Amino acid sequence: MAETAASPISAKTAADKNLAARVSPAKQLAEAFAAGSLAGTVELSELPFLTMVGLRASAGSDTAQRLAAVTGGLPAASGAVAGSGDTSVLWLGPGEFLVVAPTEAHESLGGGLIPALRDALGGNAGQVVDLSANRTTFELTGPRARDVLEKGNSLDLHPRVFKAGTAFSTEIANIPAILWKTGEESFRIFPRASFAEFLGRWLLDAMREYASPEVP
Amino acid sequence: MLLIPCPNCGPRDETEFHYGGQAHVPYPENPYELSDTEWSRYLFYRENPKGIFAERWVHSTGCRQWFNMLRDTVTYDIQAVYPMGVPRPDSSRDGAPETGTASTAPDSTTTGSAGPSISTTSIQSTTAPEGATK
Ligand SMILES: [Zn+2]
Repeated sequence: MAETAASPISAKTAADKNLAARVSPAKQLAEAFAAGSLAGTVELSELPFLTMVGLRASAGSDTAQRLAAVTGGLPAASGAVAGSGDTSVLWLGPGEFLVVAPTEAHESLGGGLIPALRDALGGNAGQVVDLSANRTTFELTGPRARDVLEKGNSLDLHPRVFKAGTAFSTEIANIPAILWKTGEESFRIFPRASFAEFLGRWLLDAMREYASPEVP
Repeated sequence: MLLIPCPNCGPRDETEFHYGGQAHVPYPENPYELSDTEWSRYLFYRENPKGIFAERWVHSTGCRQWFNMLRDTVTYDIQAVYPMGVPRPDSSRDGAPETGTASTAPDSTTTGSAGPSISTTSIQSTTAPEGATK
């Protein structure tokens, strides 16, 4: 949709306005997240407004191949994450995927990702749906991050089993969420927007024993 | 809490799943020909066995896919997990559901069918009301 922008300057202004008007689902917890984090132990923050796109295409179909060409691959099985550069594709189910990309990849900010995916789908069977407002992103990092998650998730999160670069759709604190291990001590959690406050507060509570000053 | 082996995602907690009731209940071939009694039997009447039960589950917080499962209603032992649309695999304990013994299936997460398929009495029914009641 780049060609619809009359001039780069007006597009930039419109994008800035657009972004300034948005309120992220856990914005009201930003201060609490900062206060409840302890650098070098466990830290929690919200990464607002990541671009997310739901994809559906049968595995092995031409449509899937065209979509994969845009994203830099589609993951093949549960846990797998594909993609290239700053665009990642998480496996949600057979033939169902979630593309996660930076904020500026969104159409409303002049990004070309979603139109490119839509073009790749064309009129064929499948889906390309903008889900950017569906979920928010929490980033939980630090040596205690795994201990915090283990209080509310029943997957085996031991690094021997749960490797960096894998993601699972599962339950955290009894609510559905996607858990993506992005590094040895860093996780991204995608709760639905309506669960963001609950999960944010739950994580803060679970972090408290680690992020509190040590009792002498 | 059951640990259910999703065919796509592997073993997950029961809370990630939703139950879909008895499996292999065929939709009547011609619903308009059924009497109210027959229709109600199709809609509401289900088996309640003590022993192995074929049932449907969906991994709602995971891959969101449906599958069939053979579960022992006495021991909660999961005997088999198999795709939708596939006939019920033979179960060694079909003949004697009352015993409820778990000794024949030490590995509760076995997937697919095991052993020769000797059809059970209930699955092969052809007429709608008959099939619906079983
Ligand atoms: Zn699953």
